[in-house]
Amino acid sequence: MAGSGTAHMRPDASPVLTVDQMVVEFPVGRKQVVHAVSGLNIDLLPGETLGILGESGCGKSSAGRAVMQEPPPTSGEVRLDRQALTGLKPRELRRARSKMQMIMQDPVSSLNPRRKVRDLVAEGLAIWGFEGDDKDAAVRETLVAVGLDPDVVWDRRAHELSGGQCQRVCIARALMMNPEVLICDEPVSALDVSVQAQILNLLEKTKEKFDFSMIFIAHDVSVVKNISDRVMVLYLGKTCEVLPSTGMETAALHPYTRTLIASIPGGEEIATPGDPVTGPVASDRPMSAAATELPSPLNPPSGCRFRTRCPLATDRCSAEEPQLRPVGEGHFIACHNVAV
Amino acid sequence: MNDTNELVLEVADLHTVFTTPRGVMRAVDGVSMSLRAGETLGIVGESGSGKSVLGRTVMGLIADNATTAVSGSVRIGGHDVHAMKPKDRRKLWGPEVAMVFQDPMTSLNPVKRVGAHITEALRLHLGLNRKDAHERAIDLLRQVFIPEPARRMKQYPHELSGGMRQRVVIAMALACDPKLLIADEPTTALDVTVQKQILDLLASLASQRNMATILISHDLGAVEGRTDRVAVMYGGRTVETSLTSRVFARPAHPYAEALLASIPRIADAPHTVLRAIEGAPPNMLAPPGGCSFAPRCRLAQDRCREEQPQLREMSDGVRGLHAEASHLGACHFPLTEVTERQEVG
Amino acid sequence: MRSDKSRARAENRTRTLLVGAALLVAGGAVAGFGWTTPTLVLAGKAVLVLAGLGLIFHGIARLVVGFRGKPVDLLFVLAVVWLIGICVAAVLAPLLPLGEHNDVAKTLVEPTNMAPSLLTDHPLGTNNQGLDLLSRSLHGARTSLAISLLAVTIGTVVGGAIGVMAGYFRKGVDSVVGIFTNALLAVPPLILLITLSTFLDPSLRNMALALSLLTIPSMVRLARANTIAFAQREFVMAARLMGATRFRVMTRELVPNVLLPVCSMAVVMISALIVAEASLSFLGLGIQQPDPTWGNMIAEGEGGAMEDYPHIVLVPGAFLFLTVFSFNLLGEKAQKRWDTRSAKL
Repeated sequence: MAGSGTAHMRPDASPVLTVDQMVVEFPVGRKQVVHAVSGLNIDLLPGETLGILGESGCGKSSAGRAVMQEPPPTSGEVRLDRQALTGLKPRELRRARSKMQMIMQDPVSSLNPRRKVRDLVAEGLAIWGFEGDDKDAAVRETLVAVGLDPDVVWDRRAHELSGGQCQRVCIARALMMNPEVLICDEPVSALDVSVQAQILNLLEKTKEKFDFSMIFIAHDVSVVKNISDRVMVLYLGKTCEVLPSTGMETAALHPYTRTLIASIPGGEEIATPGDPVTGPVASDRPMSAAATELPSPLNPPSGCRFRTRCPLATDRCSAEEPQLRPVGEGHFIACHNVAV
Repeated sequence: MNDTNELVLEVADLHTVFTTPRGVMRAVDGVSMSLRAGETLGIVGESGSGKSVLGRTVMGLIADNATTAVSGSVRIGGHDVHAMKPKDRRKLWGPEVAMVFQDPMTSLNPVKRVGAHITEALRLHLGLNRKDAHERAIDLLRQVFIPEPARRMKQYPHELSGGMRQRVVIAMALACDPKLLIADEPTTALDVTVQKQILDLLASLASQRNMATILISHDLGAVEGRTDRVAVMYGGRTVETSLTSRVFARPAHPYAEALLASIPRIADAPHTVLRAIEGAPPNMLAPPGGCSFAPRCRLAQDRCREEQPQLREMSDGVRGLHAEASHLGACHFPLTEVTERQEVG
Repeated sequence: MRSDKSRARAENRTRTLLVGAALLVAGGAVAGFGWTTPTLVLAGKAVLVLAGLGLIFHGIARLVVGFRGKPVDLLFVLAVVWLIGICVAAVLAPLLPLGEHNDVAKTLVEPTNMAPSLLTDHPLGTNNQGLDLLSRSLHGARTSLAISLLAVTIGTVVGGAIGVMAGYFRKGVDSVVGIFTNALLAVPPLILLITLSTFLDPSLRNMALALSLLTIPSMVRLARANTIAFAQREFVMAARLMGATRFRVMTRELVPNVLLPVCSMAVVMISALIVAEASLSFLGLGIQQPDPTWGNMIAEGEGGAMEDYPHIVLVPGAFLFLTVFSFNLLGEKAQKRWDTRSAKL
């Protein structure tokens, strides 16, 4: 992984969102720099859901925020509907990116504790100066669409709602902007297990009804597979693998993706006996804790960034960075050593 | 070490009731359980199910005071935890029972070296001298698979990664060879790839030492395959308990069944509609009358909203088994093969 | 078991009520004796009265617990009652049937330095010019409260606005504001005020402006710290992503959240400003005689008057003490409830 390249991009299609060689770096004193995202390429087609999978610290949240220009990427370009967002003046950016909305991890913190649900959901309309009788009707309609009873929640504040209801309010607020792209950053990981399914189903349903594209960022392989059409696996700010979600648990080839799949409950059984990463030979290795240490993003490993934890690593991996290469229909990996 | 059949933990009709400014909260509402040496019990529940409060009450960290009322009994290795003086209770912590918490950073003192955390417990409880304690600590770090243990002894907690910190916390918990280990969401704060390793480590340490373990988690996957028995908690009560394999294969309580069905499975095709449980977990300050799951239950009838179901035997098939392996559930209308087939049909 | 508990609770309650009543009666007796007895010197009387009041306080507290079943912060209730009372009395002072407060010409026939005597025309006594102390204290409250409230309002509005901007924009604005606040904080407040009083008339408006300078730096700091904390919350990002301007984010998202901690700080500050104003008046730099403020009333005790007629100092001193104490209590309670450091919304 830890690879670069644009092999997975689809030049013939007309994407709604394009991310081109995006780099996100944060200075952290003493001239050190956190390399959060290093050269990310994304093309998102209309109606498509792209899942971005990775552990914490892999740069997936930084990538999502950089796409929203919050803060803007260090370099690279983000185009929404062919309009470049990077480099726009603040006033132009405010309008241009309002077609893109974001659902964040902590639904309670995403809602201003002092405001009522009706004001929270109507905020987008208020910002863009849309007033009048239609406003209340539109808010009500959207609340119904996300499964909330407007009469019940109308005058409530965030602390009077459950976590799942707060996330529904956040989704309603985003839908009011009539977005073309919805970026969901771990939208269910702060929720109770029994509520997660509600929100996942709701996202699928509203996506169909309101017709937007989605980037779904999460660490849970099963959740990402369930909601995505296409999955992109990130590690330390680089792309390891891009593959279709259908059958991904068996089709995935990159050692890091295999490690992720093997760490889910029941994932061991998916791994075939001959699997070089999670098979019997390799399963002796993970006990040593050193193999699980995520290297510091301040000073990422040379060559392939996964090589310090990779059971297949060779000298070539530290010298040369693997490029994404096609290994199947819509399936790309960045690894020197996986034979296809 | 321990006798295989020794009863390590006995909890009988335990209630933990908090008086808060906003009302009375029955966080744990009549829970009973027992655990033998070498056995692993999983406690599964969502936020507000009372699972963490249960763990802390068993440990004796939550005890009677001005705003908390604990009734019922907790016996660890024959000692009644809540009948003891606080001073005596502290002596249990370490040799008899130890706990691993969710966030390793809060369990470690940021200005104390890793070594000091472990040797302090050893010298206090086991009366070891400085040198023996140091060697024993290095040995413990090795047992939890921390590379270069001698060097790590001199490091501060912030110099370690989350997974390493949790390993240190586990080593601390194991320092005095406890008979019972309570792990409260030990992996929730950790990365997915690290979670599995910590859980496997706990399981292998427990079996090596013939230690009884309670694994408290909201993550069904963490409990499946790593515990002998499981108790599913909802609204402060145990709603179902049996052998783990049995609960996961044939849940009798509608909550357990719905919870299992609501989780996306890796084998399912993309865009499979999940069977969500409607509503939210109960507000513990104003719980619903009758069965606390009734408002969300697809099988609920009038009786469920009026009468609180008690734990009872759920299936005849396993009655011949050991008493602790029976299949108990708290439901008026448990799922049988018949009702399930109707559902599918 | 449950009926045992309720019986025990009933017995407990009866005992609480009895003890409360006993304390109340005893306190009343001690205080009454202390107030009326001719056999003791003033210090002895004061001790007895205070002890009696203490007993009465505890008696009432117990009675309230007994009747309501849960404890009440009686001190807090008394503080609020006092503050409401003093504010109403201060506002209505000119309309109340009080003695003369500043016109010496009208008090030629009144007794001078009269000791407090509740049932006379001068319940709290008179000063050396025969002016009524109750009337002077209440008119003094008018000035003291008006100056400190005005100063705090100016400080809160100006300091809060600067703080929110510094906290939201950070960078350049923040460093300029930081230098400005640190510079203000580095000047000893009394020196600053004395310097200002050399070229400002001691009018109500000028006093308020000068005192507001004391509050601005702390307000800036508090508002800035809270703004930084709230600006990191996701709802601020959500507003920006919807296209809200920076002005809208500050006024709609940040200010409503920063307002509560800032206002609770303001309440605490009122008490500090009352003391500051009193200090200035005491030094003769504030409002001038014969117009009363608590500070210049206390200053009348200078030059031996205090030894002969302690009430001349004690009466305004008591007003000052009770008001400052009550504002502090109220402010601390508000801070505990609304400050971000303790509140988790």
